[in-house]
Formats: sequence, C-alpha cells, structure tokens
Amino acid sequence: MNTKPPFERVVAEHGATVLRVCRAVLGPHPDADDAWSEAFLSALKAWPTLPDDVNVEAWLVTVAHRKAIDVTRSRQRRAVPVGEIPERASTVGVPNEDHLELWAAVKALPDRQRQAVAYHHLAGLPYQEVAAILGGSADAARRAAADGIKSLRTRLAGDQPKGRTR
Amino acid sequence: MNTTADEIGGPDLTALLAVTTPTTEHLAALHARLEAAAESADVLDVAYTAIDTPVGSLLLAATPRGLVRVAYEREGHDLVLETLARRISPRILRSPRRLDAAAREINEYFAGLRTRFDLPLDYSLSTGFRHLVHRHLSDIAYGHTETYQQVAMLVGNPKAVRAVGSACATNPLPVVVPCHRVLRTDGTLGGYVGGTEAKTTLLTLEHAA
Repeated sequence: MNTKPPFERVVAEHGATVLRVCRAVLGPHPDADDAWSEAFLSALKAWPTLPDDVNVEAWLVTVAHRKAIDVTRSRQRRAVPVGEIPERASTVGVPNEDHLELWAAVKALPDRQRQAVAYHHLAGLPYQEVAAILGGSADAARRAAADGIKSLRTRLAGDQPKGRTR
Repeated sequence: MNTTADEIGGPDLTALLAVTTPTTEHLAALHARLEAAAESADVLDVAYTAIDTPVGSLLLAATPRGLVRVAYEREGHDLVLETLARRISPRILRSPRRLDAAAREINEYFAGLRTRFDLPLDYSLSTGFRHLVHRHLSDIAYGHTETYQQVAMLVGNPKAVRAVGSACATNPLPVVVPCHRVLRTDGTLGGYVGGTEAKTTLLTLEHAA
C-alpha cells in the first residue's frame, strides 16, 4: 500500500530548488530559511499519506508558498515592510552591487509577479500548476510571469536611479 | 533542472538563478535543522547513517524504539532504505545523531574493545519463527559458535534446520545480532548476509581477542 520513497530523497532532489523559490519570494533573508524549514517539516509529516501520483515539486512549492505567506504576515505584525531586504543577508553572505540591484528589482515586483516568476522559472512548474497555487487561470499566471520578467529586464537594463518604485 | 530552458530565459533569469542558488554548506545546515525539528516533533520514524568498518560501509537505521537495521553495502543501501520506507515508514532522514551510540559500540567492537552490545533493538522486521531465532542469536556469546542444528534445537524446533538457515540469512541486524556465530554442522562457514569474507573477518576478530 505504501510506495513512497524515503523522505531523504525528496530533500536531496528538491531542497535546493525550494530554497531558491523561498529566496526569490522573500528575499535573501533568514525568513527564507524559516519558510524552507517549515515547508519541509510539514511535508515530512504529510509524506506517508500523500497520493502516489502527486507532483512532488509542485506540492512542496505549494507548501512553501503558504509558509512564505505566514512568514510575510508575521513580518507585517512586526511592522517590517513586505519584501524588505536587510542591509546584510546573514545567511547568504554580503551581496555585491549587482546582486543588490537584482534583489531591488525582484523586490519591486508585485507579489503575484514575483511568485509567478519564482514558481515557473525557478521551480520549473507548468503554468497550470502555478495557477493552482496562485489562483486564477493558467493564462493569467503566464501573463504575470511574463510581466515580471519584463519589469526585471527593464529595471536592470535601464539607467534609472536605484530608488524604490513603491 | 530545466529552469532556464524557457522561451524568455535570458541573462536576468540566469542572474536570478545564480543569486538564489544555495551553497552545499547552507543546505547541510538546513538539513541539520530539519533533522532536529523532525526529532522534536516526533515525526522522524527512521533515522539512518552509514559508518566505515573493516567489513565495509555499514548502514545503520533506528526507529525511536531502537536500532532496526544494519545493512552491508552488498545489500544495496538505497534498496534497504526503500524496504524500510515500505515496511516501517517513509518518514526517513539521514540523521546520524540517533545512531551515535550504535556507531560508537560497533566501532568499539571492531577495535576489539567490546564483546557485547548494549543497545535498544527494534525487532519490527523480524516476524514469527525468524523472530524467535533472531532473539536466540544474541545468547551466543562472543567468541563462541553454534551450528544451525543446535540453534534449531535450542529454539524448540529440531527439524527446522533450513528455517534457521533462512532466518540467519534474513537477520535485519547483522554484526549486532550475531548470526555470524552460526556455522554448519561439518564446521564449514555456511552463508552470510555480508558475504563469507565478512563472516571470516568477524570470527577471526572474535577468536583473536
């Protein structure tokens, strides 16, 4: 009846990708580690009862997405702006200038676009799966990801000042 | 991962991939954090590690009740973990801490410093007659041997010599539960889950001590 592989294999196969997604959504911040840890702990708990035909990566990203929302909410309670990036990212080293510019661009994206970019382009989920996580249609998810990429490109290519856009 | 293989791809995504990619050390730290969280949430059904010994790499696996599996490399550690997932639980993580005591005692045994194991054992993988045999094996003292025939008699079923043989061959806890101390009536080695070479190594170690 139980045909699940050992959970260790899930961590080995998807650990890095899920952390990338958490970082893209929450910034290079210890909060991303918290979201990853909570996502994998919940996943471990649920692992034996998960249907065998589930897309494991999509499922993990969904769990991470919910954990990231929790983390975002508790940040708001602590009155830290959403997407805030600390001066120094304690767990990923000190980003160089290029990285800061990129992170600022990622942070400036509307949540939905940032999430669509992360789930489709970093996690490799099809738009259908991205739509299932974000709500809305696959087409809307595709547009959100395309718009996100376009804004990233415009921001990074342009010579506009590095000020905040929102 | 085909994360950049997309129609719009481009340098921005490559850069985003690069800055979000974690180091091996970072992932190892998160793994350790997950092990600790799983242990304290009581959802780490099987913890495992592998140790190097004179008979090759041994896989050690434990439930919260005790050591549940010791496996030789020739058994295929990945296959053994899959069997544990099926027979016990797929909530399995590489988590050496739970195996600290077992690893220490096995190292002491191979160093000739230990003649009996003092570890909680989980016999979940032993059933029926085999369970009876596996329990008996621990009564065979260090440096001593019995024949399959003697074991059959001592577990109260003198005709079950073959069944004793297959019980020894399926011992889930080799080295710790000493099936290597059971020989053929003619004094030859008989089979061994770790291979006859490993059986000889263990018997030689015990006789030299």
